Amino acid sequence: MVGLEHYLAVAAALFVIGIFGIFLNRKNVIILLMSLELILLSVNINFVAFSSYLGDLVGQVFTLFVLTVAAAEAAIGLAILVCFFRNRGTIDVEDVNVMKG
Amino acid sequence: MTSADFSILLPEIILAIFAMAALLFAVYTGKDKTAPMMVWGTAGIFLILALYIGLNGEGANEAFGGLFRDDAFARFSKIVILISAAAVLVMSQDYMQKRDLLRFEYPLLVALAVVGMCVMVSAGDLIVLYMGLELQSLALYVVASLRRDSVKSTEAGLKYFVLGALSSGMLLYGASLTYGFSGTTEFAGIIEAASEGDMPLGLLFGLVFLISGLAFKVSAVPFHMWTPDVYEGAPTPITAFFATAPKMAAMALFARLMHDAFGAAPGDWGQIVALLAVASMFLGSVAAIGQRDIKRLMAYSSITHMGFALIGLASGTEFGVQAMLVYMAIYITMNVGTFAFILSMQRDGRVVTDITALNMYSKREPLKALAMLILLFSMAGVPPLVGFFGKFYVLRAAVDANMAWLAVAGVIASVIGAFYYLRIVYYMYFGEEGEALDGAMPAPQWALLMVAAAVMLLGVVNLFGIEGPAAAAAAALVH
Repeated sequence: MVGLEHYLAVAAALFVIGIFGIFLNRKNVIILLMSLELILLSVNINFVAFSSYLGDLVGQVFTLFVLTVAAAEAAIGLAILVCFFRNRGTIDVEDVNVMKG
Repeated sequence: MTSADFSILLPEIILAIFAMAALLFAVYTGKDKTAPMMVWGTAGIFLILALYIGLNGEGANEAFGGLFRDDAFARFSKIVILISAAAVLVMSQDYMQKRDLLRFEYPLLVALAVVGMCVMVSAGDLIVLYMGLELQSLALYVVASLRRDSVKSTEAGLKYFVLGALSSGMLLYGASLTYGFSGTTEFAGIIEAASEGDMPLGLLFGLVFLISGLAFKVSAVPFHMWTPDVYEGAPTPITAFFATAPKMAAMALFARLMHDAFGAAPGDWGQIVALLAVASMFLGSVAAIGQRDIKRLMAYSSITHMGFALIGLASGTEFGVQAMLVYMAIYITMNVGTFAFILSMQRDGRVVTDITALNMYSKREPLKALAMLILLFSMAGVPPLVGFFGKFYVLRAAVDANMAWLAVAGVIASVIGAFYYLRIVYYMYFGEEGEALDGAMPAPQWALLMVAAAVMLLGVVNLFGIEGPAAAAAAALVH
C-alpha cells in the first residue's frame, strides 16, 4: 500500500536532488534549469499528495498555478541564457564569472 | 465575486491593464520612440495610485474570501513602493536615453513588477503570496539583463534568475509542507493550526523553508550571494530600483507572513530572524570594507540595512513592526538620493563606479558633495540625522522585547559599517587630487538628491509624521 509518507519521501528526494544539481553542477547552465524544474515538480508531488490525503482541492489548484509559473519561468530563463550565450559564446557554469563572487 | 471585491483590488487592476494596454500601444506605434513618454506616464500613474490609496483606503477589507487583504499595513507598504518606483523611473530616464538603453519595455516591466509587489503585500493566502512574488521576480529577472549586448548585464540576469528561482522553489516547498500540516493555504487557517498547543514538526519545517525563501528575496545572509553581482552587473538605474521598491515589498511580505500566518508562535521564528539579522549586519559591514566599486558597496550596504530592518521583525512585537516600517521608509529615501548621485557619476560620457573617482569632489561641486555627505552620514547612523532615528527605533524594539544582545550587536555592526561610508566622505573632502568627474546632473536627479538630503536634515523634527501611519499599519498586522 502506497501511503502519504511514500509520496513525501519521493518528493523530498527529488527536491534534494534538485538542490544538489544546482550546487554541485559545474558543467552546463541547462542542467541548472533542469534542476530548477525538478524542484518545482517535487513541490507539485507534495501538493497533490497532501491534497488527496486531506481530501481538499486547494492543493491541486496550487499545483496548476505552479505549473503555469514554471513554464513562464523556463521561458524567461532560456531567453536570458540565449542573450548570455550571444555575448559570451559559452554556457559553461564555470564561465559565468565576469564578476567575482 | 462581487464588485466590492474588485473595488478593493482596483489599484492593481488599473496598473495591470495600463501595463498591457501600453505594451500594445507601443508595439503598434513608435516602439522605442514612445519610451520617454512611457516613463513619465508610468511614474505619473504610480503617483496617482499612491495618492488614491493614501486618501481612499480606510479600515481593513478583505476581498475574494480573505485571499486578498487591504489594511493599513498593505496601504503603507504600497504607498512606499509606488512612490519609490516612480522616483527611480523619473531619475533613470536621462541616464538610459544617453546610453541608448531606454526601451519602452523598461517602464512597463517595472509597472508589472510593481503590480506583483502590491499583490505580495496584500496576500492573505499562500497561493496569492506565490503569484505576487513570481510576478515581481519574473519582471525583475528581465530588467536585470536589460542591456542585452553586455556580458555583465546578462550575467547578472542569469545569476539573479537561477538563485531567484531556487529561492522560489524553497519557498514553495515550505508552502507545500505548511499546506499539508495545517490543511489550508489561508493565513487565517494556518494561524489556527499553529496555535493549537505545540506546533507540529512538519509545520515548523515548512516555516523554516518559507523563511529561507523570503530571506533570499530580502538578501539576508546566508542567502545574499546574488546581491553584489546583480547590483554590479545590472545597469545603474535598475540597481537603484532593486535597492528600493522590491526590498520594501519583500520585507513587508516577510512581516505579513510571520505575523498573519505564524503570529501565534513568535518565539519559533523570532530566533531564526534574529540570527539572520545579526549575520546580515556583520557580513554586510565587514565585506563592504574591501569594496572599491560603489555599486557593490551599495549592495553590501543594503544587506546591512536589511539586517537592521529584520531586528524590528525579530522582536515579534507591534512596536517592532512599526520600527521596521519606519526603518524601511527611511532606508528607501536615503537610497533614492544616493543612487540619484551615483547615476550622475561619469567622465567623458562613460560611467564611473570606482569610489576613488570622487577624490576632492567637494572642491568642484560643494553643494552636491554636501548633500551626499548628509546622506552617507545618515546611512551610517550619525546622530542628528534621520538615519540615526531609524536605527534607534529598531534597537529600542529589540530592547523592549528583551533581546538586548541583538541591540548590542546592532550597535557594534553600525560602528563597523560607519567606516566605509565615512571613507567616501573622506575621498570627497580630503582625498588626493585626481581625474575629475564631469558631466552635468539632469534636473530630476538633482532634485531627488537634494530632496532626500533635505529630508534627512528636516525629518529630525518629527520624521514627517511617518510614525503615526506606521503605528496604524503595525496595529493592523499584529493581533
